[in-house]
Formats: sequence, structure tokens, C-alpha cells
Amino acid sequence: MKFLRDTWLVFQGQIMNLLRQPVWIIVGLFQPVMFLLLFAPLLKPALSAGGAVSDADVYRTFVPGLLVMLAIFGGLFQGFGLIAELRAGVIERSRVTPVSRNALLLGRSLQDVVSLLVQAVIITVLALPFGLRVQLVDLLLAYLMLGLIALMTSALSYGVALLLKSEDALAPVMNTLSQPLLLLSGILLPLTFAPLWLQRVADWNPFSWAVDGTRALFAGDPGAPEVWQGLVITLVLAVISTVWAARMFARSIR
Amino acid sequence: MIETKGLRKSYRSRKGTVDAVRGVDLYVEAGEIYGFLGPNGAGKTTMLRMLATLIRPDGGEAVIAGADLLRAPGEVRRRIGYVAQGGSTLDDSIAREELVRQSRFYGVSKAESVRRTAAAMEAFQLTEFAHRPCKTYSGGQRRRVDIALGVIHRPTVVFLDEPTTGLDPQSRAHMWDEIRRLRDEGMTIFVTTHYLDEADALCDRISIMDHGTLVAEGTPAELKREIAGDVITLGVNGATAQAAKLLDGAAYVSSIEQTAGGLRLYVDAGGTAIPQIMRALDGAGLTLGTIELHRPSLDDVFLEKTGRSLRES
Ligand SMILES: Nc1ncnc2c1ncn2[C@@H]1O[C@H](COP(=O)(O)OP(=O)(O)OP(=O)(O)O)[C@@H](O)[C@H]1O
Ligand SMILES: [Mg+2]
Repeated sequence: MKFLRDTWLVFQGQIMNLLRQPVWIIVGLFQPVMFLLLFAPLLKPALSAGGAVSDADVYRTFVPGLLVMLAIFGGLFQGFGLIAELRAGVIERSRVTPVSRNALLLGRSLQDVVSLLVQAVIITVLALPFGLRVQLVDLLLAYLMLGLIALMTSALSYGVALLLKSEDALAPVMNTLSQPLLLLSGILLPLTFAPLWLQRVADWNPFSWAVDGTRALFAGDPGAPEVWQGLVITLVLAVISTVWAARMFARSIR
Repeated sequence: MIETKGLRKSYRSRKGTVDAVRGVDLYVEAGEIYGFLGPNGAGKTTMLRMLATLIRPDGGEAVIAGADLLRAPGEVRRRIGYVAQGGSTLDDSIAREELVRQSRFYGVSKAESVRRTAAAMEAFQLTEFAHRPCKTYSGGQRRRVDIALGVIHRPTVVFLDEPTTGLDPQSRAHMWDEIRRLRDEGMTIFVTTHYLDEADALCDRISIMDHGTLVAEGTPAELKREIAGDVITLGVNGATAQAAKLLDGAAYVSSIEQTAGGLRLYVDAGGTAIPQIMRALDGAGLTLGTIELHRPSLDDVFLEKTGRSLRES
């Protein structure tokens, strides 16, 4: 009970911070919208080599990847906000209260999940005029997957931020982590085009599973094995990184 | 209210180990304003962060407001407030919202938190600006917000880390009044400072820390007395030698020094020595020109105990 209440309080505080600077939601959308408008059209000829034909097909393949990318990046860079809070003494002020340490993490990460979902809805709506069509149930399952990804990456980012305590150290770590994850996830182009060795390497990238699962959902195939595999993998990783990051928040006398 | 035994903390880094606090025993009475003095790097903040459950001591123990620091840190958190040296608000936060949420972190209901926030804004004179973002406050206003946040749950013990650093003299005096008010409301206050005059004016008892250990403890008056007693200078209109002979060996005088214009007497307690000196001179028929009492400052105490002046360290 206390944990839920505390989580809500932290979540609420974070939402307030966000609403005071709503421009960040828009700034965060800038890159994916550019990709949607300027990159997706380039894909049509590339994808038709693999058999896809219509605009709708292109967006059905591309939008899920774009959303997963948004979830990964949106999450991984949340640590910077936490470092600002650390520096301002806000975290220390929370830690001397009896508030649940798990709530300090979860409330923040859930706020990140909510902002991601808002952005995901906006991207989905923007893709509709291009012929994107998806069943509501499939879409909700896809959003669940995205939420789990955002939970995982934002918790990871908070944990690393608490470990490093400086923007200068966090930036290279997050960049080094995110670039190969991005390239090896088949986000921009499906990995079906990749040589076999690259596909085998990508098998070790959890986000590649998540992208495959999300694509299957957008393709209207919720029964595909990729869907449950992707959900299980992201769920397990989200739990692990959340537990780890919450422990980082508790690092003091328990 | 606060009792520590052998509290220790070292920081290990690649560049080596810093023994920030090396075994501190102290005792703070309920209802006291207890001052914790020391130069930069003495270990004051480290000590406070340990007592506020933010870092784990490497050794030793402490009981704060009846709760054991190591065994019941959660209980300690409920009973203390802590105001960090570096502030506790983001530039864009709104003080009023932060106060409400801070109160709710202690399990207080929303309605009650709103009520307490209104009372705190009144008491700390924040009402006029607390709805604006913190970056628009003056230094003194923002520091008052920090303190209000630290005591919104009415703790038994409050730790204030340099609450007046960076404030102008007027805001500083104002802050002293706030701190006294908190004490009058029944809180025990543990406050660190660099300023000797502040410790002297504000604190019931103080300790002086240097290089991680306590070098002196007592009331400001005791400490000053312990170091040098008081200093009295006398002018006796040319009868200096006679007066010196008369007062030398008197029980209330610890030593005498002849100076250009008269005598300098070192006494244990100036207040009682002065009437006795006057009586003795009077009895010997000597006329007193001038008499002046100087109290040694805490600066002298610090100099005596550490071999350095607080101002130069
Ligand atoms: N996180 C840390 N890692 C390594 N060393 C530290 C850390 N925090 C403090 N120290 C060192 O411990 C010693 C005591 O620092 P502390 O902050 O407790 O001093 P202080 O008395 O509060 O000083 P000031 O008056 O400047 O605030 C210093 O030598 C400082 O460099
Ligand atoms: Mg300090």
C-alpha cells in the first residue's frame, strides 16, 4: 500500500516537472517524425526487393521499428534528468524521508513509460494518413511491449546515472550502448536483408526480438511466436533492470 | 537526543583514502542548538550525512531521537529533518508543490499536507513567492524554502548543513531567528557553520572539528574560558609598578604583564575579577584610570586547539 502510494507521489511529481516543460515531448518527437516523413519513403524501393509493395506495407514494417527506437532512446537518456536532480539535492532530500526507495525509481520510470506512450500514440496517428492500419488489440499489445522496453531502458539509465553521477560520464556510456543496439535490432531495415553472421549476432540483441514481435503485431499476427517471445524477453529484462536500479536508489543504510 | 560513539567514515577513491571522520563521540541534549564548527574539509558534512542515514558509517554507532542509526534507519528518518549544504530544489520546481509532496512522503494525508504547507509558508515568509519557480527566488528565500522542506514533518531533530553560508548579514540574522523559533517549537537543532560569531551567537553548545576529529566541545562561553580566561587591561595613572605588586599573587589573577600604558591581567573570569581588582586598588589608595575587559573569541579557541586560525584555513 505504502509502496503504491509512494510510487504515485513520485510519479505525480515527475509528471508535474514534465508538464512545466511540455516542449520536451515535442523535441523528443522531432527525430521520429523526421524519420517518418523523410526516411520511410526511401524504404519503399528497398522493401519491394523483399516482396513488400504498397505504402501500407512499408509503414507496417517501418513504424514498429521507429516506435521501438523511440522507446529505447527515450528511456536510455532519462538518466540525465536524474543527474540534474542529484546535483540539485532533490534526490538526497527524498532519501532522508521514509519514502520507499523502490518507489523513487518506479515512479520515475513509470512517468517515462507514460511519456513514451503519448509519443507512440502521436506517431501512430501521424502514420495513419500514409495507410497504416492496425487492429486495436494488436496495437495495445504493441504498446505493452513498448512500455516494457521504456521501463527497462529508463531504469537502466537511472541505475547507471546513480553509479556515475556525472553527465560527462553518462553520455559516452549511453551512446556506446545505444548505437550497436540500434543497428543490430533491425529497426530501420528488417534484418532479413542482413548476412547470416549479422543475423546471428542480432539474435543476442533483445531489442531485435522486441522489434520482430512488434512488427508481427502491426502485421495483424498476434499469434506469431515472435510476439510472446518479444514480450517475455522484454518483461524479464524490465524486471531485472528495475530491481537493479531500485537497489541503486537504496544504496545507503537500508 | 543525539549520541554517537566512535563514528568513522573513510572515502576510498583511485587517488587514495580520505579519512573524513575518524571516531567522533558526541552528545546533544534535547532542545539544544548544537553548533558543529570546522574549516573546509573538516568532515562536517560527512558527519551529518551519516547521522541523516545517507551514508553508512564504516564504524561506530549512534542513537538519534531514541532510534538506533544502524538497526532502525527507517525510524531515524521519521524523526529527523535534514537540510543539505548545497540546497534541495530544482530551478523549475514550485516551492509550494514541493512542500506538499515532501510532507506526503512522510505519510501525511493530502489535506493535512496542504494545511501544513500553508502554515510553513506563513512561518518562513514564503507566501509571497512560493507559487513561482525556485530560480526566481533570492538566495535567502531559496534557503528558507530548503529549511521549510526539511522541517515540514515537524521532526524531533533537525540537521542543518551551513544554513547561512552565502547569505548577507541581514538574511543571516533572519535565519538565526528562524532557527531559534524551531528550537522554541521543541526541535533539537544540529547546525554546522564556518562562522565563529554565528556559533557564538546562536548555539547553546558547540564542538569544533578538525581533520575528522573533535578538538573541543562545550558552551561557547566555556570554551572561551577554557582557552584563555578573560583579559583585563588597566590604566593606573603612573602607579603601574605599585599596582602590579599589589595584584601579583592575588587568587583571581592567573598572570600579569606590564605594558606601555598600564597592566594586562589574565584572569579566569573577568566578571568577578573586576570588582575585586577595584576593591584592592581602592584599599591601597591607588586611583584607577581605565579598566577594560576583553573576552577571547572562538577564533582564539580554534587557534589554540588546532594551531591555525579558522579564517586562514
Ligand atoms: N564523496 C566523497 N568522495 C571522496 N572524498 C570525499 C567525499 N566527500 C567528502 N570527501 C572528503 O572528505 C573530507 C571531509 O569532507 P566534508 O564534506 O565532510 O567536509 P566539510 O567539513 O563539510 O567541509 P565544508 O566546510 O567545505 O563543507 C574532505 O577531505 C573531502 O574532500
Ligand atoms: Mg560541508
